[in-house]
Amino acid sequence: MATDDSSDSGDGATRRDFIHIASMGLGAVAVGAAMWPLIDQMNPSAEVLAMSTTEVDLSAIEVGQSITVVWRKKPVFIRRRTAAEIAEAQAVSLADLPDPETDADRVQKPEWLVMVGVCTHLGCVPLGEQGEYGGWFCPCHGSHYDTSGRIRKGPAPNNLEVPQYVFIDDNKILIG
Amino acid sequence: MSESKFQPKSKIVQWIEYRLPIFSLMHAAVGPGYPTPKNLNYWWNFGSLAGLVLVVQIITGIVLAMHYTPTADLAFASVEHIMRDVNYGWLLRYVHANGGSMFFIVVYIHIFRGLYYGSYKAPRELLWMLGVVILLLMMATAFMGYVLPWGQMSFWGATVITSMFGAIPFIGDAILAFLWGDFAVGNATLNRFFSLHYLLPFVIVGVVILHMWALHQHGSNNPLGIDTKGPQDKVPFHPYYTAKDAFGVTVFIMFFAAMVFYEPNLLGHPDNYIPADRLSTPGHIVPEWYYLPFYAILRAITFDISIPGTNIVIITAKLAGVILMLGSILVLFLLPWLDFSKVRSATFRPLYKQIYWLLVIDVIVLGYVGAQKPEGILPTVGLIATAYYFIHFLVLMPIISKVEKPKPLPESISNPVIKAAE
Amino acid sequence: MTMNSARKAMIVAAFAGLSLGQSVSAIASGEAVALKEHDWTFAGPMGTYDRAAQQRGFQVYKEVCSACHGLKYIAFRNLTEIGLTEDEVKAIAAEYTVAGDVDEYGDPTERPGRTEDYLPSPFPNANAARFSNNGALPPDLSLITKARVGGPNYLYSLLTGYVDQPDDFDLGEGLTYNAYFPGHQIAMAMPLFEDAVEYADGTPATVEQLAEDVTVFLNWAAEPELEARHELGLRVMLFMLALTILVYFSNKKVWADIKKKKDDA
Repeated sequence: MATDDSSDSGDGATRRDFIHIASMGLGAVAVGAAMWPLIDQMNPSAEVLAMSTTEVDLSAIEVGQSITVVWRKKPVFIRRRTAAEIAEAQAVSLADLPDPETDADRVQKPEWLVMVGVCTHLGCVPLGEQGEYGGWFCPCHGSHYDTSGRIRKGPAPNNLEVPQYVFIDDNKILIG
Repeated sequence: MSESKFQPKSKIVQWIEYRLPIFSLMHAAVGPGYPTPKNLNYWWNFGSLAGLVLVVQIITGIVLAMHYTPTADLAFASVEHIMRDVNYGWLLRYVHANGGSMFFIVVYIHIFRGLYYGSYKAPRELLWMLGVVILLLMMATAFMGYVLPWGQMSFWGATVITSMFGAIPFIGDAILAFLWGDFAVGNATLNRFFSLHYLLPFVIVGVVILHMWALHQHGSNNPLGIDTKGPQDKVPFHPYYTAKDAFGVTVFIMFFAAMVFYEPNLLGHPDNYIPADRLSTPGHIVPEWYYLPFYAILRAITFDISIPGTNIVIITAKLAGVILMLGSILVLFLLPWLDFSKVRSATFRPLYKQIYWLLVIDVIVLGYVGAQKPEGILPTVGLIATAYYFIHFLVLMPIISKVEKPKPLPESISNPVIKAAE
Repeated sequence: MTMNSARKAMIVAAFAGLSLGQSVSAIASGEAVALKEHDWTFAGPMGTYDRAAQQRGFQVYKEVCSACHGLKYIAFRNLTEIGLTEDEVKAIAAEYTVAGDVDEYGDPTERPGRTEDYLPSPFPNANAARFSNNGALPPDLSLITKARVGGPNYLYSLLTGYVDQPDDFDLGEGLTYNAYFPGHQIAMAMPLFEDAVEYADGTPATVEQLAEDVTVFLNWAAEPELEARHELGLRVMLFMLALTILVYFSNKKVWADIKKKKDDA
């Protein structure tokens, strides 16, 4: 259109260009703004975001036992570790770890290991008390985790994630 | 103002164009390559507005379907979930719910524009008939969409409207069971309505493409109703009508937005915020406003039609109502052959113009009667208005088109002087 | 055969329901009553809710209405929208007992409410509700102002509409006369009395005040998006007005040469 305006007087041509550019520009902004609700509706809705905490009673878990609870639709492993497991986890040298992290950084009380049971490779649920390091083993692509849930061998890039949690009292934790 | 040939400068466009001539298609469909009568008035904006609303409905519908649950137990709650918890869910739902009404407002104006300016006449008969097909599809789609929230009006509207098929002699009951998939409107009905409500808009898109194809064959009619005589009568669609349509679109969106943001439930019914209850019928069942004239026609016949002098009923009141209601739309298919006048535009048809406005009033009266309880004189008014509706198309239109002496027509669009009497 | 007759019965019921329902409400509406018109702060295109009234209204709901009426689409977390703090909401939620997870024996458990829980309904199901209420079903109030013609004005009128019945009015057993209820016979006895609740902010709890406050609260429950809707609406309307003006001149400019030629001709 702009090229057709050459016959107009200079002044008119500029104003003509300006009004078209302005209306088309503002129109484009309108279309863009209208896109946002269409995109944002895909994000988690308010009631999903509200479901962010899970309370777990630990009193029934014996030493050497694990339970799996659900937090934010994901499995969370809670293991009451044996003294041997704790010792093993604490003895590992950071140099041997693909994702270096001390055991102390991963637990609040050494006896209780709480972590999200989702393999950091591609999201499968690892199996407990298996694998070459006596911790967890992911059957999908063969990732081995140790007794602190740290990745030791296999394709997974990171240690199993430790969620935010607090001890409400000695027998109860609140995850999230 | 002659047609411009599509000659892209960009190498990329040329490359694509050589393999897939989509740019030249756009150029010829809505671009500078589509010559359009230069005298179109604002009543010609409503075609593009209908297209816009169809797109808005499809897009908002697709995202709503991401959150809606088509199950009798959960449908109502899932709509509330959309309204309360989904990000911008209230906006999407109100746009979609009001969008249905907007679609009908725009399409009804579009239809009445066609009726006034004779857009259904040769060579645009198929264009018109495709439009009637779109109207029928829209009505079916909107009806099924209104069932989805599973409120009281959803449930009872679905029950009453599907029950019309029970009027069909002999096989009515079998058809009802088939439609419902149950002993009554139920979960199976809701599920299939959801499936079809999702499907039919895409069928509408298909028919709209045919509608536009037919439109481009002979181009738009115009307010004078005379054929374009040459390039001097036309302007390229772009930029002239893209600009004019854009202005119509922005005004329309203001109207649409005012409804959505300030009166989102004005055209809805409070009863539909009560969950469906199959044991209790709402006090006053009314369909959505866009069905009201047809609803009045459905209820117009309150007596069985018997063989004169006997008690043998040939058509029950219920069946007669259903036949008339279907007929009121189907008669539109015959319109091109009920109007014999060679003159298209009502501007030059003094008698037709009068009955046109009578029809407009008649349809408004039907709409009013459809919204009211059938009490007092209203059933009689409904019957008379129904009769007039059919008399308009089947009697007055053919007769007037034969006896009417049209005003002299202008010579051409660009030279709108009155031709010497032929 | 049974299916056949069931279907027929359904169709008959549908149409009978249609005509019967119409005649019933025809009687009811025969003497259409004008509702009390109230100046709501949330009315009009710029309307917002009065936070203090919402909170007082919640108190009325909690202490009076909730004995019979549920509010099942409202979660405790939503109460932050009426101006309560997170901690207040947590405390309110904890006052309620809600169903917990199934325990290790497979038995149902109960636990204190949390913010993500929904307000518990007073009755487990409709039959229990009817049994406790003389056969009448107290409706859930989550959508009440949207589900009644007249909306908040209807609710306010109803709550303040318990007046003495006319002498010639034949009242059914267990029903109460209400000037605004369709048919004037309502199963709900007058719910609001002066000082039925004690407002923390010292507002005198007259029947009108209680009715007004609970109506504001319930209108929010039905339309929690109202403030966001009005606010976004204003922005959209102003933006579209600017765009419309621009496009109007743009269009005028496009057509300028055609119009000019026409005038010359």
